Amino acid sequence: MTPTTWAGPDLLDRARLTRLLQAYGVYAALVVLFVVAAVLDSSFLSAGNVRIQLFQVAPTLMVALGMALVIGTEGVDLSVGAMIALAASVVPLYVGYGAPLAVLVALVFGAVSGAVGGTMVAFARIQPIVATLSLMIGLRGVAELINGNSAKPVMNSGLLSLGSDGFAGVPLMAWIAGVCAVLTALLVRRTTFGRQLVAIGDNRQASKLAGLPVRRVLVTVYVLSGVLAAFAGAMIVGHGAEADPAHQGLNMELNAITAVVVGGTPLTGGRVRVLGTVAGALFMQLITAVLTQHNVHTSYTQLVEAAIICFAVYASQERGTR
Amino acid sequence: MSPSALRPAPLPAGPAPDAAQPAALRARLASHIQRRGALAVLVLMVAIASATSDTFPTWSNISSILGNNAFVWLLALGMTFVILTGGIDLSVGSLYALGGVLGAYGAHTGGTWLAIVLPLAVGAVWGSVQGLLVSRAGMAPFIVTLAGLLGARGLLQALTDEGATTYLVPPGSAFRHLGAGTWTPVLIVVALFALGALLLTRTRFGATVTALGGNENAATLMGLPVARTKVLVYVLSATLAATAGALGSARLGSGVTTIGVGYELTAIASVVIGGTLLTGGSGSIGGTASGVLVLAVIHNLIDHYFSQYGSAFTDTVNGAFLAVVVLAQTLLSRTRQTD
Amino acid sequence: MVQQDPAPRSDWIVEVAGVDKSFAGVHALRGVDFRLRPGEVHALIGENGAGKSTLIKVMTGVYRPDAGRIRFAGEDRAFRNPLEAQAAGISTIYQEVNLVPLMSVARNLCLGREPRRFGLVDVRAMNRLAAEALKRYGVDVDVTRPLGSLGLGAQQMVALARAVQIDARVVVMDEPTSSLEPREVETLFSVIRDLKRQGIAVVYVSHRLDELYAICDRVTVMRDGAVVHTGEMAGLERLRLISLMLGREMSTVRAKGATAFGGEHERREGVPALRATGLTVRHRVHGVDVDIHRGEVVGLGGLLGAGRSETAKAITGALATDGGAVEVEGTELARRSPAAAIKAGVVMLAEDRKTEGILPNLSVRENISLALLPRLARAGVVSQAKQDEVVRFFMERLRIKASGPDQKVSDLSGGNQQKVLLARWLCLDPKVLLLDEPTRGIDVGAKAEVQALIDELAEQGLGVLLISSDLEELIEGSDRIVVLKDGRAVGHLEGDDVSEQAVLDTLATADPADGAEPTGDDAQASEDAGSAVRAEAAVPTEATEATEPTEPTEAVGDEHPQDRSRSAGHAVTKEEPR
Repeated sequence: MTPTTWAGPDLLDRARLTRLLQAYGVYAALVVLFVVAAVLDSSFLSAGNVRIQLFQVAPTLMVALGMALVIGTEGVDLSVGAMIALAASVVPLYVGYGAPLAVLVALVFGAVSGAVGGTMVAFARIQPIVATLSLMIGLRGVAELINGNSAKPVMNSGLLSLGSDGFAGVPLMAWIAGVCAVLTALLVRRTTFGRQLVAIGDNRQASKLAGLPVRRVLVTVYVLSGVLAAFAGAMIVGHGAEADPAHQGLNMELNAITAVVVGGTPLTGGRVRVLGTVAGALFMQLITAVLTQHNVHTSYTQLVEAAIICFAVYASQERGTR
Repeated sequence: MSPSALRPAPLPAGPAPDAAQPAALRARLASHIQRRGALAVLVLMVAIASATSDTFPTWSNISSILGNNAFVWLLALGMTFVILTGGIDLSVGSLYALGGVLGAYGAHTGGTWLAIVLPLAVGAVWGSVQGLLVSRAGMAPFIVTLAGLLGARGLLQALTDEGATTYLVPPGSAFRHLGAGTWTPVLIVVALFALGALLLTRTRFGATVTALGGNENAATLMGLPVARTKVLVYVLSATLAATAGALGSARLGSGVTTIGVGYELTAIASVVIGGTLLTGGSGSIGGTASGVLVLAVIHNLIDHYFSQYGSAFTDTVNGAFLAVVVLAQTLLSRTRQTD
Repeated sequence: MVQQDPAPRSDWIVEVAGVDKSFAGVHALRGVDFRLRPGEVHALIGENGAGKSTLIKVMTGVYRPDAGRIRFAGEDRAFRNPLEAQAAGISTIYQEVNLVPLMSVARNLCLGREPRRFGLVDVRAMNRLAAEALKRYGVDVDVTRPLGSLGLGAQQMVALARAVQIDARVVVMDEPTSSLEPREVETLFSVIRDLKRQGIAVVYVSHRLDELYAICDRVTVMRDGAVVHTGEMAGLERLRLISLMLGREMSTVRAKGATAFGGEHERREGVPALRATGLTVRHRVHGVDVDIHRGEVVGLGGLLGAGRSETAKAITGALATDGGAVEVEGTELARRSPAAAIKAGVVMLAEDRKTEGILPNLSVRENISLALLPRLARAGVVSQAKQDEVVRFFMERLRIKASGPDQKVSDLSGGNQQKVLLARWLCLDPKVLLLDEPTRGIDVGAKAEVQALIDELAEQGLGVLLISSDLEELIEGSDRIVVLKDGRAVGHLEGDDVSEQAVLDTLATADPADGAEPTGDDAQASEDAGSAVRAEAAVPTEATEATEPTEPTEAVGDEHPQDRSRSAGHAVTKEEPR
C-alpha cells in the first residue's frame, strides 16, 4: 500500500499510453465498435436502426450529463433511477393539464429531490453515496405510493410526440439530449459556476478558503442532476406511452455512472468531460445493441457491461505520473 | 465504561483540561447513543407495538417475522464487516439471488452437499474478485460492487436460461430442513451472528478490520495485513450473501430468480441504524442485530397498519429512516470530535 | 563499494551504506551512509527535502533503495514492508500520531499482537498488559477508552509504548515533540534515557535544536539527499550545525541572514487596514488583538501550537470563532467567512499548500483566477480574454516558471506553486494580505523572490501579516511583531525591539495567564517539571529590558558553553522550514 513505484525503462511510455488512453480511449473504442458493428451487420447503419439507438441513448445521456457534474464535485448521485420513477409517477397525475405542465411538475419534483440530496451533502456533510442512497430507496417508494404497482398508459399527444417524434430525421429526444450536452459543456467550460464546480471537486477545502460558495454550488449540482433525471423520466414515459415507476429507471444510476466513467471523467472529481460522457453513453448503448442484435443473451451482455465498467474505472484512475 | 475513567489522568486527557469535563461527558453520551441507540429504539418499538396491537405480540406474527426474514439478515452481517473497513458492498442483493439459484440447482442435481458447497464456493470466488479489485487495484468499492451487482445478475440469468428455468429443491431433500419452520433458520442465523461477533471482537482479523476502517494509513504502518483483510471482508460478505440465498431457496423450495433486488439497501440501512459508522472504524455486530430487528418490526407494523400501500411504503420509510439515522450519526460523531 | 568499517561489525546495529533512492528521476537520496550504535540517541537533521524522511522510510521498509545496502545487526537485510522491519526490531513513531483514534487505548497498543487464549484475543490480559506498559511511561488512563479521547501528548506516549513494546532494538522518532507540551517533552526525554539504558538505539528527528543538544549523543546532518556531516553532538557549535544544514558559510549566517528583505516600511497612519479585537477560538486562541496598517508588515511570532495559524484563520473566518470582531478600514465584518473576508479585501495564503491551497489537477490559469472568477464574468459567463490578461500579467510579474498557463499546477515546483497562490490573492487587489509560512518548503531562489515581493507589496501600501517559523525571516521581514504563546498575545515588539533576542526573551519569560494550567492533583506532579523550566527562564528577564544585546540565553537544557561565544543570537532556535 506504499506509493512506491518501480521506475522501469518503460515507465514514461506507459505513462504516456495511459494518458492517451484516458484522453482518447473512449472515442477510439467508439469508432472501432461502430466499424465492427457495421461490418458484421449491414443493416446496422440503416436509418431505422440508428433512430432506435438514438431513442434509447437519449435518456441515458441526459442522466449521465447530470451525473458527470456530480462526479466532477467528487460526489455521486445514486438517486437518478428512482428520480425517473418518481417523474414517471407524477406525469400521469398532471398530464390532464397538458404535457408542458406535467413535464414541468416532474422537473420541479426533480429539483426538490435534488435539493434534498444536495443539502444533505453540502450542509450536513453526509457522504454523497449515502445521502443519495437513502434518496434512492425513499424516492422509489414515494413513486410507487403515488402510482401504485401497475403501469398506467399515457395517451397525451404532447407527451407521445416528445417521446417518438423526430425533427430532420433525428428523434426529438436526441435533439433535446444533444442540446443539453452542448449547454452542459458550455456550463462547465465557460461559466463561473462550472469552473467553481470543478475546483470544488479538485480541492474542496482550498475552494472554501478561496471564498467560493461551496455549499451553493454543491446543492445546485444535485438539483441539476435531479432535474435532468426527471426530464429523462418524462421522455421515457412519452416514448413508452406508459408510466411504470416499478420498472422505469431501474439500474439507470449504474448506466449513467458507466457512461461518465467510460467517458474518462475520474471518480475522484476535479474534472468533467462532457464530450467524453456523450461518447461513453453512445458506446455503452452500441455495445448492448450489437450484442443483442447478434443474439447474445442479456445475461452475457450484463457480464460484459460489468467488465467494461471495471476496466474503465481502472484505466481512469491509473495516473500517468505515478 | 467504569466511572473511574472520568478522573483526570496525569497527562492531560483533553486539549484544555478546564473545558474537558463537560465536553468529555457530552462526547461520552454521544458515543453511547451511537452504539446503543438501535437497541433502545427496538425495545421502545416492541413495547409500543405490543401495547397497541393485538396481533403483534402473537406467536404466529413473531415467528413469521423471524422465520421469513432471518436469512436476509445475514447480508447485514457481512455488510457490517465491509462497512467497518470503510467500504460498501452493493452486490449482496444479486448474490443472494444467485446463491438461491445455485442452492436449488445444487439440491436438484447433486443433493444437499452440493447445495451448500456450490453457493459457498461461488460466493467466495466472487467476493475475492471484488476484494482484489478494491484492495489491489485500488478501485472505489461502490463502483466495483455496483458492477458486481450487474454481473451477478448476469450470471444468474445465464444459469437459468434468461430466467426461463426455475430449479426446484426436490421435496424430499434434506436441504429443505435447513429452511423449514421458525427455529432452524433462527438458530442458524443467531449462531452465525454470534460467530461474527466473536470474529470481530476477539480475533486479530476483527481488530484489523476495525483498525483499517479507523485509520488505514496507521494500520499499514503498524504492519497489519491491510490488503489481505480487505479482500477477506468482501469474501466474507459475498459468501454470506450467497449462503443466505441458498438457505432462502431451501425455505422457498426453489431458486427464485427475481428475488433480492434492493436487498443491499436494506442491509446497509440495518448496519447503519445499528450504529456502525459508514465511514468505518466503529461498530458492532450486536448493533447490526438490533438494526435488522428494528427494520423488521417497522416493516411488520407497516404491513399491519398500512397494508394497502404494500412494499412501496416500506421503501419510503426505509429511505427516510436511513437518512435520519445517517444525519443523527453525523451530528453525533461531530459532537464526539469537538471534544 | 563496500567501505571499511571503522569499528567491529557488532558495534553497529544499523548500517546504511551507499543508498540511492530516486522518485520519477529525482534523486531523494544519493550515496547515503548512516550508522547507528546500540544505545545511542542519534539526531538526524536537515532542511525540508534534505532526505531525512526518505532515509527513515528506506530503513523501515516503506521504500526499497535503488542501490546500496542496509545491514541490521550485522546482517544484510532488505525489508519489504514496515511489518518486516518491525519484526526485526525497528519501530517508528511518526510525527502525526499514527494510531486508530476510534479504537481503545489497549487495542491500539496491542494491534497485530494481541495476547490470545484458545485462539481468541484475551481482552482482559490485553487491557492489563496495556495498563502496565503505559504506567511505565507515566500515562495512567483507562485503557478501554477510545484513544481519540486522550490528549495528543498521551497519544504520542501510547505510540511510543507501542513502538518499544515490540522488542524494539531501534526506535525512530520523527518529530516526536511537535505536539507535546514542555512537561510532556520532559517525560519523553526520561523515556528516551530509559531506552538508552536498555541498549536501544534511537534515531531522533527534530527541528528543535535545543532538544537535540539536550538528548542526543551523535548527529547526522543531511542536505539535498546526501549526508554532509556525522559526528558527536557535544562539541558541535550550534552555528556550525545551522550552517551545515543550510549549506551556507558560517560568516554569512553570522553577519546577516540570507533573506531578501529590505529595510523598514513606511507605515501609513490613520484607520488601520485591519483591526482584530478579542479573537477567541475555543482551546486555541484566547482574546488576541491585532492591528495592521497599510504599508506595514506585522509579524506573528511564537512556537508551534502558539495559535498563529489559528489567529490568521480566525481573522478570515476560515475557523469559526467563539468571540472577537474584525474591522476592515473601520467597518466591522458582519458575516465571518472566507468569502466575506475576501470581499472586504482580506486574503490569506494558507499554511498547507497542498490541502488548503492548490487545486492539483487544474491548470495554472484556473488556479490563479479561482477567486477572481465572479469578477471576470458577465452574467455568469467567464470572459476568457480578461482571464488570460490577468493570468499573463501575474505569471510575468511573479516570474512563475511554467510551460504555459495551461500546465497542471501540480507539475510545478513548490516555489512556483506558492507564486501561483500568491497570484491568486494578489489579482483580487486586496487591502490586507495574511501570509502563513509563505516560504516554507520552497527553494532558496523562490524564497528570496517571495520575500522581496512581500517587501514590495508593503511599500505599495498593502497591510501584511507575516507568520513564519523561520525566526530570521520573521525578524527581517516584519516592522512589528506580535508574539503569541498558548493562544495569547504575550508581547508586542516595535522598532529596535524587533530582534531575535527580544522574541526569544519574550517567549522564554512570558507566562500566559492562568487557565491553561491543569486542574486536579495530578497537576501537582507536572508542576515541578514546569516550574523548573520557568525558574531557568526567569533569569533573562533583565536582558529583555536591556537594549544592549547581551549574552544570549537559551531556553531549556543548554549545556554547551561554546554556543555562548556567538556574537549575537542569530538563528538561535531557527526552526527548519518544512
